[in-house]
Amino acid sequence: MLTLTDISKHFGATRALDGVTLAIRPGRVHALVGENGAGKSTLMHVLAGGLSADAGQMTIGGEPYRPAGPLAAREAGIALIHQELSLCEHLTVAENILLGREPRTGGRYDRAAAHAEAARVLAPFHHPELHPGRVVAGLPIAARQVVEIGRAVSADARVVLMDEPTSSLPREDVERLFGQIRRLRAAGVAVVYISHFLEEVRAIADDLSVLRDGRTVWTGPAEMLTDAQVIGHMVGRDVAELFPTRQSRPTATIRLDAGNISVEGRVRQASLQVRAGEVLGIAGLVGAGRTELLRGLMGLDQRLVQGRLSVDGHDIAVGRKAPWARLAAGLGYLSEDRKGEGLTLPMSLADNLTCTGYQSVSRRGVIDNGAQRARGQQLLDRLKVRAQTPLQAVRTLSGGNQQKVALGRLLHQEAKVWLLDEPTRGVDVGSKVHLYEAIAASADAGCAVVIVSSYLPELFGLCDSLAVMSRGQLTASRPLAEWTPESVMAAAIGSPAS
Amino acid sequence: MTPSLRERVSALAPILGLVLVIGVFALMSDDPAQYLSPRNLRIVLAQTVIVALGAIGMTFIIVSGGIDLAVGSTIALAGVVTALGLREGYAPIVAVAAGVLSGGVVGIVNGLAITRLHVLPFIGTLGMLGIARGVAKWLADQQTVNAPATWVNELAVTFPTPSWLLVAPGVWISLVLAVAATFLLQQTVFGRRVFAIGSNESAARACGVRTERLKVWIYGLAGMLFGLSGVMQMSRLRQGDPTVAIGTELDVIAAVVIGGGSLAGGEGTIAGSLIGALVMAFLRNGSQQMGWPNYVQEIIIGVIIVLAVAADRARRARSA
Repeated sequence: MLTLTDISKHFGATRALDGVTLAIRPGRVHALVGENGAGKSTLMHVLAGGLSADAGQMTIGGEPYRPAGPLAAREAGIALIHQELSLCEHLTVAENILLGREPRTGGRYDRAAAHAEAARVLAPFHHPELHPGRVVAGLPIAARQVVEIGRAVSADARVVLMDEPTSSLPREDVERLFGQIRRLRAAGVAVVYISHFLEEVRAIADDLSVLRDGRTVWTGPAEMLTDAQVIGHMVGRDVAELFPTRQSRPTATIRLDAGNISVEGRVRQASLQVRAGEVLGIAGLVGAGRTELLRGLMGLDQRLVQGRLSVDGHDIAVGRKAPWARLAAGLGYLSEDRKGEGLTLPMSLADNLTCTGYQSVSRRGVIDNGAQRARGQQLLDRLKVRAQTPLQAVRTLSGGNQQKVALGRLLHQEAKVWLLDEPTRGVDVGSKVHLYEAIAASADAGCAVVIVSSYLPELFGLCDSLAVMSRGQLTASRPLAEWTPESVMAAAIGSPAS
Repeated sequence: MTPSLRERVSALAPILGLVLVIGVFALMSDDPAQYLSPRNLRIVLAQTVIVALGAIGMTFIIVSGGIDLAVGSTIALAGVVTALGLREGYAPIVAVAAGVLSGGVVGIVNGLAITRLHVLPFIGTLGMLGIARGVAKWLADQQTVNAPATWVNELAVTFPTPSWLLVAPGVWISLVLAVAATFLLQQTVFGRRVFAIGSNESAARACGVRTERLKVWIYGLAGMLFGLSGVMQMSRLRQGDPTVAIGTELDVIAAVVIGGGSLAGGEGTIAGSLIGALVMAFLRNGSQQMGWPNYVQEIIIGVIIVLAVAADRARRARSA
């Protein structure tokens, strides 16, 4: 159906794609896996006409395929479903599905024809609440995704590209999405499915390709590889080598003590204790309330937060929405949302690194540029950040190096408790290793570390103990040795077996 | 990275714009020497003081990602307060301080409305536009307030006494404040935080910046500058007029934007904003010298604002 031969794409000096060769067959789901930065999203955009390849050939249905733009790709039968849904919230279901090719009679939008067409498109999806005249803003996220898929297939798509479609979905909706994908497959459509989650790939994919550094390193039927082999291909080395050896064991001193923490509607009565030198992992599904728990502890969540919290025996008023007071108490926080809540992208590395504590680089409110720069350089060296100078804007760095800067703030702050939310999301393998080293070093230095992560190998490689969150409830924390990936997953989906 | 050559050149763009405006008018003028004469320069500078002081304050607000639509009303209110103080026989310095502080109070109320009532700056200050104007009229009893002649009237005159001052005392005050504001914005922790909340407020909050308190300070500080601007306005008119300066906020915002400020926050410089104010002042003055009707100036200034921002966007798109 769709073939790619030696597709390459450069951005300046960076090779995003460096000879990708793939064959996508009709009526099959082809999973594309790889680390962030491996080139998956670039490849998607090349396929969907958003970017043009520098070299290589593509064919669709035997015809040469070289889309001039997204519209040409759509006309050729290729539809892209974005990671973040791209619906116009104020328009109706029908208007969204037919956006750009609205039926017209004499220049007027033909509402009746649009509704009929939308109803025809949506019929196979069994979503009775999706009336064509409903405004999208009121719809739940799963229904919106159906609208998005409806938009893709309404243009008679032969190939549907899905870029991490489950990243914003709750668990139940993932199953429903898989149902829709199977329906597309049964209709002879080829589905290209990008995901980070191997279990999803296992559940849905017929074929599998692994991308690394812009190259296809493996392609073939999905059942031919074990999970460990897939990961091995993705990172290009043995998984065990990624994690640093810890120099010390947790001590007996409790640093972070949080009891019965509730975040209105999200977290119920979560309790956790973390000792000096301990790394506690919190596993769970997206949407389980892990982020809200950390944000609640930091005083960042705007919902009602209750419970009791102390650091090194000093009580902190949990209900007070004052992040600055939490920082002063020794809590340090790394947001999962690097661009939204983490870094100030246009500002310099030095400004970003030292913003958690200007006192040490200023005198009477006036910044000491030399001291700030020196401190920045020191942190950059410590975290092995690839940067030219502390004065360049954070925006100019790669994702992995940006994340190191975000973590470097906690070092500058000399935080005693590190609350890390998805610390390695969107980060290349090399940077991951550096981040793991920095986290391990802080624990060895006596910090109490809490890591929320959706990537199990990371939790098993880095943590001393583990707790699992499921629908707002946190299990007791137990030593890592008492967990297996299976028991973590069982606890995460809330099965009674755990 | 130290700024590249292109970045340095583009930082100079507002200055080039200013030179262009002056150059074009000088060439078009029948008497370039007259247009460029010290006398005319003094007139332009004296006229710029009100917008320039406002632009200094507005730069803080716009860099922090906010906006203030109540500048004109604040100017009128501060002018009335100053004139009332003088009329009631207080020492001129007390009257001036009262005017400046009245602006500060307006700003703090703006800041509190924005942070405590969670209204957008646009809305909160739109409300204040009406409130401050109404209060000014109320205090002035709906009339202009005549003030006795004091040194306050000399602040914004075109030809100062003593003559060795060369330009109006208000111009010197603006310059000194501009230098101080540049230092505050570029070199202090306060300034870094103003930029930080303008570029990414959530990140600043997560880093321990007390964003709400900071905003109240920013609006309060800017309000004091608008108050001082109101004192200058009163000085020019020699009376407190509660109906003066309608729409001045738009000139002030335009000055900041022409000078490279971004309404999205996180960008802007004091020097740029002052140049923006000068660009508009020279345009107005030049048009008057040419004997063009008022509407021509309005059209030209409107076009300049859009072009300045478009040029800025284009420059940014290239460097991104």
